[in-house]
Formats: sequence, C-alpha cells, structure tokens
Amino acid sequence: MLLRWARRLREQGIVGLNERNLSLINRHNPRERFPLVDDKLKTKLLARKYGIASPELLGVIHSQGEIRRLESIIQPGRGFAIKPSRGSGGKGILVILEHKDGWFRKGSGLWVSRRDVVRYLSNLLSGLYTLGGSPDVAMIEALIEFDEHFESFTFEGVPDIRVVVYRGYPLMAMMRLSTHASDGKANLHQGAIGVGLDLASGRATQAVQYDRPVHHHPDTGRRLNELQIPDWTRLLELAAGCYEMSGLGYLGTDMVLDRHRGPLLLELNARPGLAIQMANRCGLAPRVAHIDAHERERIRQQDDTLYPPAARVAFAQRIFGAAQKPEPGA
Amino acid sequence: MKLARSSLFWIAAVLILVGIAHSVHRHLEHGVPWFPGATDTLWDIEATVRLDASGDPVRVRLAVPGDAPGFKRVAEHTASPGYGLSFVDNGHRHAEWTTREAVGPQVLYYRAQFQVDPTLGSRHVGHPPEIRRIAWSPSLQVASAQVLRNAYLQSADGFSLARALVRRLADADNQNAQLLLSEYPPSTTLVRLLNQAEVPARTVHGLVLEDGRRRQSLQPFVQVFEGDAWRLFDPKGGTEVQDEEVLLWEQAGGPVLVVEGGRNSRVTFSMLETRQSAAGLGEQGTVTDAVFNLSIHSLPLSEQAIFQSILLLPLGALVVVFFRVVVGLETSGTFMPVLIALAFLEMNLLPGLITFLLVVGGGLLMRQAMAHLNLLLVARVSVVIVCVIGLISLLSVLSFHLGFTSGLKVALFPMIILAWTIERMSILWEEEGPRDVFKQGAGSLITAIAAFWLMQLGWVQHLMFNFLGLQLVVLAGIVLLGSYTGYRLLELWRFRPFLTPAGGRT
Repeated sequence: MLLRWARRLREQGIVGLNERNLSLINRHNPRERFPLVDDKLKTKLLARKYGIASPELLGVIHSQGEIRRLESIIQPGRGFAIKPSRGSGGKGILVILEHKDGWFRKGSGLWVSRRDVVRYLSNLLSGLYTLGGSPDVAMIEALIEFDEHFESFTFEGVPDIRVVVYRGYPLMAMMRLSTHASDGKANLHQGAIGVGLDLASGRATQAVQYDRPVHHHPDTGRRLNELQIPDWTRLLELAAGCYEMSGLGYLGTDMVLDRHRGPLLLELNARPGLAIQMANRCGLAPRVAHIDAHERERIRQQDDTLYPPAARVAFAQRIFGAAQKPEPGA
Repeated sequence: MKLARSSLFWIAAVLILVGIAHSVHRHLEHGVPWFPGATDTLWDIEATVRLDASGDPVRVRLAVPGDAPGFKRVAEHTASPGYGLSFVDNGHRHAEWTTREAVGPQVLYYRAQFQVDPTLGSRHVGHPPEIRRIAWSPSLQVASAQVLRNAYLQSADGFSLARALVRRLADADNQNAQLLLSEYPPSTTLVRLLNQAEVPARTVHGLVLEDGRRRQSLQPFVQVFEGDAWRLFDPKGGTEVQDEEVLLWEQAGGPVLVVEGGRNSRVTFSMLETRQSAAGLGEQGTVTDAVFNLSIHSLPLSEQAIFQSILLLPLGALVVVFFRVVVGLETSGTFMPVLIALAFLEMNLLPGLITFLLVVGGGLLMRQAMAHLNLLLVARVSVVIVCVIGLISLLSVLSFHLGFTSGLKVALFPMIILAWTIERMSILWEEEGPRDVFKQGAGSLITAIAAFWLMQLGWVQHLMFNFLGLQLVVLAGIVLLGSYTGYRLLELWRFRPFLTPAGGRT
C-alpha cells in the first residue's frame, strides 16, 4: 500500500524532503553561500551590486545605542517597515504606516507609542527573532506600495510571489495570498493561499489552502483564477538573475510587485519548501530533469555562449508553460 | 569531493562486514555469548588507591579478598607503574606495593574478577573471634542493658538475637538505641552488644554489588557466629544480608588500607557485572589479555561503566535518523531525543515521562508568565532554567514524601537535559509559536520513547557493550539512511492530493 503510494508520487515527479535535501540542496548549494541569503542585509547589499531591484533601504540599526537614531532614519510622514536581518519565515517584521509626534500606526491600524517601538527594536537587536537567539541588526525599509491590482486578492498582508530557480532557470512559481486564517502572513502552513502560476503567462493555474483546492479567496470572495501577474517576464528575469548573484543552484526567490517600481526582490531562501508543488499540482522532478538534460546538452555541444537570465527565462517559459502541457480538465 | 552513491553503499557494506567479522571473532575467540543468559555471572571489581606521596619510600598495604564466600576469584591484575608488588598471605591476603621514592599524587589499581558460585568457598567458618569484655561508659550502661534485654527476650539463638538488635538499631524511635549510636558507629555498637551477650561477632568490610557503580566504598558489616556457621548483618539497613549481594573484601576485621610515606590515601571501588559462557571463561583467563583485545574491557572499570551507556547512544542516534528521514517526524535537535531517551534509562520510562511532561510543561508555563517581565532573551532563558531547577527540586521532595523514590533519580544528568529541552522549546515558542513547540515536542518524545525502548532491551545492551564491531554496523545503517532519497511516511500523507486519480480536483 505504502509502496504503491510512493510509486504514484514518484510517477508524478513529486520531490520529497529527503530528495530535496540530498539531490537539490546538498548538490547545488555550497554551504559557504548560505550566509548571503540567511542575512537579509547581505542579500540586499549584494542585490544592489547586481542591479536587482529591492525595497529601498532607509537605514540600519546595529546596536542598542543606535536606537536613538530612529527618527533620523525615517522620513516624516512616510511609512516604513522594520525587519530583523536574520529573521526567518517573515517573523519579527513591524510595519508602520504613518507616524506623528512619537506615535506610530502599525499595519493593523493600531497606534502604539514610541516606547513600544523602541522595545521592539531592542528585542530584535538582542536576537528575539533569529534562530538560536544570536544578536541581530534591524533593517529599516521603505514601505512597499503594492500593486492595487491585487487589492482584492489578499487580506491584510502583502502578497508575494515565490519563484523557485534551479541552476538559473525559473522552475516553478506561485503566489502566496494572506488570509484571515494566516493572520496576514504569507506562510502556507499557517493558512495562506498558494496560487500556482503558469510560467509562460503569469496566470493563475489553480490554488490551494491547507493543501486543499480553493477557487475563491475566503475573505474577499475574489475568484482566484482571475489572477494574473503584470510584468511577468521581467519578474522572472529578476528572479533568474539571483542565481548569478547568490551562486545557489536551488533557490527560492520571494518577489513582490511595487505599484511604482515593479517587481522587487524581498528575500532569498536557500532551502525553499515543497509546498509550491501543491500549489501547482505538479512535481518538480520532471522540470529538474529537463534543465539537467539541457545543461548537459550545452556542455556536450561545447556551447559556451553567454546564457543571460533572459535567455534562461525564455527557455523555461517555452518548456514549462502551461500551453505546452495542457492540464487535465483545464 | 562528493562521493557517488555507489561508493557510499560500498563503504556501508565494508563497515557491516568488518563489524560482523569482529563480532564473530569475539564470539569464537573469547567465548562472549551472543545473548545474555545461559552464562556465568562475573563481577569485575576494581579498587583504586589514591595517595599523595611525600617523597619518601612508600609502602601501601591493601587488604584483598582471598576466596570470598560465595565467590570464586577467577583473575587478578594490578596496574602500578614504578612499584614493586607482592601478595602477602598470612591468614589475611594483602597486596603490598612498595617503591623507594615517589612524589605527588599516586594512583594504584587492583582489579579482580569474581565468579558468582554459591557452592564455592562457602561459609567455612574459620575461627570465631574472641569475645571481648565490654565496658560501656556509665551513661550508656543503662541504655545498652535495656536494648539487650528486650532483644534477648525475643530471640532464641545468636542469629535471632542479632536480628532483633539490628531491628532496634535501625529503629529511629528507639531512644536507647539512638543513644548508643550517638557514641559508636552502628557496626561497632552491634558487635559490642553481641559480645556483651557472649555471641562472637566482628566487623568485616564488604562491597554491595550493583552493576555499573563507580566510586563506591567498602561498607562495614557484622559477621555473627553461631556454632559452626556465620551470617552477615547490615547494622544500618536493619536486615540480614543476602549472600550474593555482598562481596566480603576482607574477613579479618583488620584495616583495609595501610599507607606509609603518603598522605590523603583513600581507596574507592568500581564494579561491573559481566556475563560469559563457562567455556569462554577458562580460555580468557586473566584480565591482562584484555589489553591486546583493544576492547573497552581493557579500560578501568569506572570508565567501562560509563561506556555501558555511551555505547548505546549510536543506537539511539540510528533511531532518530530513522524517525526523521523515513518517518518524517520533526524533533527538536538531532541529539536531543537520544539524550531524553538516556534520561529515561536513568529514571525508567513512566516516572521519566511524567517528570519530563511536568517539568517541561511547567517550565514553558513559567516562560509565558515571564513574557511580561520584558527581559532580554538570554536572561529570560536563564530565569526559566533557574525556575526549572526549583521545579525539579520540588518534584524530587514531593515524590520522595509520596513514596515514589524514582523521582529522586532526577539527578544532575537528566536535569541538564530537561533544562536544555525547556530552553530550546521556549526559543522555539518565540520563533515559531506553540504549534511548532507541540509538534517538535511530541516528535521528540515519540522518538525518545522508541529509542528508550530499544536501548533498554537487555540483549541489546549486552550486544552493544560486548561486541564493539556492532557499532560499525550501526554506523553503516546511519550512512545508508542518510542517503535515502525516498519519501518520508508523513509525506505520503502531505502529498495525498496527488494520490487520488482526479488529483483532488472538484
């Protein structure tokens, strides 16, 4: 029975955690590269160097003493977000929509005093949000003004787009929509919706919540199959470019669409999870095999032409687009 | 750089082969049986003499057992570099170490192996000691007379008198007995009382045998003679002593250790229970061979006793790897379930489990209460640890007074594990929330219980300790599991939408 189940998963090319760890992460992600993505500040500075757009960095607070500088970093009247540089899973992010006379309005609409913000910063610096509690630094970023396009697709939180990049090629993509159940967070296991995206068009293929298919956003009632990402190819190229920047062969890139600036890189993940397979109802393994074969072919033909992100994206869109492989029942 | 999978299988195969070959060799050459049971029980006893030599000639006399009653001495071995050694047997056996010059701390080892054999050396009487005339100080005169009279009335012979006296001495409510004990140690008191009643008796020193004990000292017992037999009484425990529980180290009532030319001398004992087939016993003969076997058995006994637990750890690690890689349970940390299992081994499963749940649950509750204090993380975790120690102390006291003595075994080792567990759990609570704490906590506990179940099996302990080659087999198992790329059991559940032919579409 169990063996039959395993075989059926294997036939659909579903990658399990063991295989992900051994065949994808261990083989393609050099350990010494991990700090680049585990530390968001490093990622950000690196992204700046490689010309990959990311939310504007207003300032960094390194030590408890620097907390006093808060007012000199933030601009009057403008909202901002404070993030732990080495937090994980979106924890410890404080969004301030506006501030006035030592009072701050949080993302939830609640006004808090300056003292609360200072205490939050102090906790962050002493490592409340890092794994193992090692000291951290606080990044202060300009707020993302996310595309009004998605207003009705999400509840409270900013929706982000996860593109898994394998050896520089976009492999699979999904959009994560926060819900009331996920408390405004974009974590699938906390109840956010994962929407599988067609690599060719950036259109929603289908959606899951708690690994179960859904058709409407539970809080806004919006039909999920109407979702389409604007600027899709540029977003994929940006994601694919993270391969050169990070040197990681199996990479999760989290992107977000800004109203004015277009796709921005939020953060990278050296150990992207497997939920993307659920959202796309499709296994990663055949696509991995396809790219491996393609790379082997290039080596065999001694194809040493430069293969820029745009070319890799075009290849992936051609091969993995939904039009190439009609979904059953679509 | 990265080994291909096939070479990994070869490495595992070689490990398994070497491991099994070594085990078979141990079995055939040294007669170590595959399973415990159908064997003779042997006790390895090691006496460690420590002293600070002052630079003068040193002479150390240690009383060593001849054939202790109920035991047969199979082998004898000493380690004492730079010392001359002779065994003196003038009625009472002594090992005598001598050297011209020694400075600083000295450590001398005497090790002997005893075979449990109730028929051997049994109870030959020797000469009963002389009965000495007893004079009590005036204040004790009345008390001793009272205790003796009461006991005398309830007894028929020397043994029953001794039994009645021992019972009174152990009775904390007996004022007269307590008065005597305030003046003399229990063994001396008993001997004096018996002598007063004209029953021959003397104090002898013996070791209470318990597997894997270290740093034990000799305990005084009282040997009581009656006709041509004698029996042994524990003046503190209030009972007669079972023969096979106590090894009489010396039977003359003389000093155990005499040292000239040194200070701060002391002797401690370590012991280990081993089992060997009767066939192998004759062959292995002396303990000295062990040096050439490159085995754990050549280590000092106190180290061996530690290794009895340590050698089980790889097996626990294997269980953890299995549960994480094949089943897909989340555990907090890799090694922690093994450590929890080890703590269970110390405390036994049910008390261990209850203690674990109570202490970890209480610790986490305290952590929640602490959230209002708004402390830095390190300080917060430290406060939790201090509270945990309080909690554990409270639990120990409670369980003792409620009569569960196993609660007392929450010794240093499990306590560290518990405190550490709580630290990890509370960090997890802050980082991932209570859901993950519950998930990882449950995963760790399930894994720990499975590991405990395996590590507690008698034959598993026997195999892992006696056949070091099996460690390699375990290692091979871990290596093989480490290269497993198949699905985890729980992933079959996770990916179940893919299992339905319609793909879960509605």
